[in-house]
Amino acid sequence: MIEIQNISKSYDQNKVLDHVSTEIPKGCITAFIGPNGAGKSTLLSIITRMNKADSGQVLVDGIEVGKYDTNELAQKISVLRQNNNLQLRITVKELVSFGRYPYSKGRLQEEDKRVVQDSIHYMGLESLNDRYIDELSGGEQQRAFIAMVVAQDTDYIFLDEPLNNLDMKHSVEIMSMLRRLCKERGKTVVIVIHDINFASCYSDRILAIRDGKIFINDTVDAVITPAVLKDVYNMDFQVYDIDGDRISVYYKSGHSHHHHHHHKHNSAVVYRSKPEHK
Amino acid sequence: MEQRIKKRTVILFIVFMITTLSAVLLFLVWGLNERNIDYNLPRRLVKVAAISLTGCAIATSSLVFQTVTNNRILTPSVMGLDSLFLFMQTLVAFLFGADTLAMTGKYLDFTVSCALMVGFSLILCTVIFNKPGRNLFVLVLVGMVCGSLFSSLSSFMQTLIDPNEYLILQGKMFASFNNVNTSLLFVSTILIGLSLIFVLHTHRKLDVLSLGRENSINLGIHYNGTVTVYLLLISLVVAVSTALVGPINFLGVMVVNLSRQIFKTYRHLHLALGASLLSVTVLVGGQFFVERVFHFNTTVSVLANFVGGIYFIALLLKERRI
Repeated sequence: MIEIQNISKSYDQNKVLDHVSTEIPKGCITAFIGPNGAGKSTLLSIITRMNKADSGQVLVDGIEVGKYDTNELAQKISVLRQNNNLQLRITVKELVSFGRYPYSKGRLQEEDKRVVQDSIHYMGLESLNDRYIDELSGGEQQRAFIAMVVAQDTDYIFLDEPLNNLDMKHSVEIMSMLRRLCKERGKTVVIVIHDINFASCYSDRILAIRDGKIFINDTVDAVITPAVLKDVYNMDFQVYDIDGDRISVYYKSGHSHHHHHHHKHNSAVVYRSKPEHK
Repeated sequence: MEQRIKKRTVILFIVFMITTLSAVLLFLVWGLNERNIDYNLPRRLVKVAAISLTGCAIATSSLVFQTVTNNRILTPSVMGLDSLFLFMQTLVAFLFGADTLAMTGKYLDFTVSCALMVGFSLILCTVIFNKPGRNLFVLVLVGMVCGSLFSSLSSFMQTLIDPNEYLILQGKMFASFNNVNTSLLFVSTILIGLSLIFVLHTHRKLDVLSLGRENSINLGIHYNGTVTVYLLLISLVVAVSTALVGPINFLGVMVVNLSRQIFKTYRHLHLALGASLLSVTVLVGGQFFVERVFHFNTTVSVLANFVGGIYFIALLLKERRI
């Protein structure tokens, strides 16, 4: 479990996080949502020690993040940030091998090689094994980076906007893989995400941040409601139940549908690749 | 695939080593005969030793600097070390006359120069870099600003001093392998050698650092501490080689990028060795041309910049086509 206790962070006079306290339970997917500048990424970067909080502390499995040996912590939590445009001549396999650095310090043992191959297989990258990263498409690159995190084999995986710049097909692919990681391997996944419908369809819990404070941290059903979303984003939403998923519609302001009105036409609901229930 | 890359790397290294060795041999034996061997050979050996040492120093320090800053066009010279060196030399000539500059003991000059350059980067690292909310680019920026301040002050003083004194000073302004002090060479070899051994020993950590700050922290690297250690090592290496032969950073960008292009890898062990061999070849070749073709009418830096300029124009033309 991750415990966030009284975290505050300001940049100059600007308070980004204001005495934030909450918990992220183990074994499920938690999505951070909220308007731009609400403090989602800052919170994620503080939990993953990329950034220092002005006050407060973060506990991972009961121990403060700063008290861990950096290498030991790297075997417990992993993080993938947004901008990963590397200017390196590096192949997919070499990149994924870096995920084993906390264990092998760069001298790969048999076990490490096995995990690397397994992660490449898991993310469906076998055919791209020896391709250079800079020759891949955006979706393939993102999968390669996630494979590196999978090879790192940590209990907690943090991803900052993993769907950035990806089309719908690749977004669905990435989200399904995260779902599988959580379900099959018992990983705790935390993502910062803008598309609330992806958050609704794939995560177990949603943590909504507004103005540097946690507005709500609860199950999907409790968060994805017109009233809560309106308070978080300060705009109107309609929420529909489609095949057991809660889908929000917000594309036109002043849209006047009723909530329980069921849509018959098969509008482009792309969020799930296969009907699957949590 | 992996086998093929391995084979290619091995062949490249063999080619590189043969090229470097032949350049060194050519430089050593050209024009040697029974009558002048006792005079020429020891002198040439000292030159080759100084060239090899500074060549490896510049190549490796530029590579490591580019890795920690994650930028492929920077060299350690942006930290303002060679400007500081020139500034000190000019200041001494300006205040006490160039005679003092020429008369000051080599050891004193060497020690003071090294100490000031390392001290300067120590201040940059502790005061600027290791503070909350600061990053490496603030350090590079401050280094650049200080560097241009030093060079402006130097050129200001240079315009004021006596032209004859300026001539003596000018000798310090360009890298030269022509009168390297052997005992200083010995001390430098130990200092630079130890630093380079450390760098090569930790090459896997450098590989991780090239993934950037966030990925490095994710993989368990103690980022600020590690970067500070590397920055200080770089400044030690740069300071020692500058105090030994003069400002010679110009070569760094060229050999490191050539090495990246040729070896097509991110591995620092290969890149460092490749860039070092390249830089020794360029320097020995340059020195050969300076001595035998141009009869000391030009300097190695002029030649190396000429070759480097052509390389970059070729690079630009090639990139434009893609």
